[in-house]
Amino acid sequence: MSRSRRLKLQVFRVIVFLVFGAFFLVPIGAMFEFSTRGNTDTAPRTLSAWQTIFQTPDLVAAILASLALAVITSAGMLVLLVPTMIWVRLRLPRLNRVVEFLCLLPLTIPAIVLVAGLAPEYRWLSINVSESILTLAFVYLVLVLPYTYRTLHAGLAAIDVKTLSEAARSLGAGWATVMGRIIVPNMWSALLNAALLSVAVVLGEFTIANLLNYVNLQVAIALLGRANAGVSIAVAVASLMFAFILLVILSFFGRPRARVAQLEADTTLSWGQKT
Amino acid sequence: MTVAAKPLVETAARPLGGGRRFSLDWLGAVPFLAYVGVFLLLPTAIVVGGSFVGPNGLTLSNLTAMNKPFIVGAFVNSVVLSAGSAIIGAVLGAVLAYAVVTGNPDGVLRRLVTSACGVLAQFGGVTLAFAFIATIGFEGFITIWLKQHGINIYANGIWLFQLSGLLLVYTYFQIPLMVLVFLPALDGIRPQWREATESLGGATWHYWRYVAGPLLAPAFFGGLLLLFANSFSAYATAAALINQGSIIASLLIANTLTSEVGLAQPGLASALALVMVIVVAIVMVLYTVLQQRTARWLQ
Repeated sequence: MSRSRRLKLQVFRVIVFLVFGAFFLVPIGAMFEFSTRGNTDTAPRTLSAWQTIFQTPDLVAAILASLALAVITSAGMLVLLVPTMIWVRLRLPRLNRVVEFLCLLPLTIPAIVLVAGLAPEYRWLSINVSESILTLAFVYLVLVLPYTYRTLHAGLAAIDVKTLSEAARSLGAGWATVMGRIIVPNMWSALLNAALLSVAVVLGEFTIANLLNYVNLQVAIALLGRANAGVSIAVAVASLMFAFILLVILSFFGRPRARVAQLEADTTLSWGQKT
Repeated sequence: MTVAAKPLVETAARPLGGGRRFSLDWLGAVPFLAYVGVFLLLPTAIVVGGSFVGPNGLTLSNLTAMNKPFIVGAFVNSVVLSAGSAIIGAVLGAVLAYAVVTGNPDGVLRRLVTSACGVLAQFGGVTLAFAFIATIGFEGFITIWLKQHGINIYANGIWLFQLSGLLLVYTYFQIPLMVLVFLPALDGIRPQWREATESLGGATWHYWRYVAGPLLAPAFFGGLLLLFANSFSAYATAAALINQGSIIASLLIANTLTSEVGLAQPGLASALALVMVIVVAIVMVLYTVLQQRTARWLQ
């Protein structure tokens, strides 16, 4: 590569990173700025909006509801998906494509479409089972399938499931032992990644909760935004930070090189969850 | 004795145990299939079926009702917004991806940018809308700063809460998504190809026009389609930014579904949702085809 071309390339890269960096960082910085404003133009910076978060009962309730939903969804996802994926891999290989298709299907069905079909189901649920916001976990489990499937699939592909299970079976282990004590301990990081991705998706969900008239974290932020913009933006920043911390934790678990590629693959999938 | 023993042997050899195990194997997949059936396939079926059901039984009126100007307008707006944000996002995302890929492949910068893109491509909905309100809303950081310097960005109307505002806000998650999708394709381009072009007397233009361009085209247009579908099905960001009216299809579906004045039309909402899912499905099939073409050349 000639020297002048290399120089031009470096100038191009610096300009590109500066411009894009500004475009992506300024709105996030502006949220911090906005949430620390005083009541008047000349008032000093204040953290009162941040302090108000915990004095707003509706908001606290919504935060707790979203956290509970995140926990239930992650746990439910692991209980439903992990045994199924192991079982299909070992005993029903013909069903592999079907399970993959079903898990990735929520990417093609926008949440706004799904909610149109869910409305009657949730009417029935709220009359016959429970009106609790926690019933949202049923549909959130479906929403997180594409992300968790890819993560768990990679985790399973990294170990020799067949040999491990045959060895365990030949030593007299039952299927529960094979799954619980042989395979699962070998894919802890995939399980953790899948759970964290579920938490991130659930905490960011707005469409379905809003249209089914449940107040989760994002709906509460949106409602509050009309009354007290400062507080709602403070919560928005806080939830963003929380999601970011989760993703940083996520990038810690796993081998540096392979995991980055995996993370890129996972995030590439995420488009459908814009909702 | 041998005659009597024969059926016994055959019975043992018959896949009786295998047959029973076979059916038990299927039982293992039942909880998952049932769950997905109830919470994914059934709602989809309700949407499809609901499109053809009116107050008086089966009807096509939901579909024929869609020629109303405000419905056509919302879909046209959605297509314009999605195409616009997809084109802007794809071009700018490709530029950013190129800047990333020309650096050190194991460098900190690359890891930083890809991780940031992973987070930002997810970053939508209420938080994103608020970020832009805090930046260029009425009381926004930049709005105030520019006003102090004599520039009023809203001199020609409040465009942030209109289609053009959505276009700007959507690029915020479209660009990172394009970077994530396009980066692997750019990684597949080998420096040797450029050297080969040069040794054959080709200039930079020839390289891009005849070598890199055609190779990257399927990946680029694939990314463009993915971005289109992403924007077409987006709801939360628009809902948080625009409180009233149904200027795009997803807002229209939501408002038709949950009209607060008792005018909810579930049949029409289903029909609108059906149109949306058909559009997204077609786009995604084309995307898959282009992905396969990309994979053929660059891996």
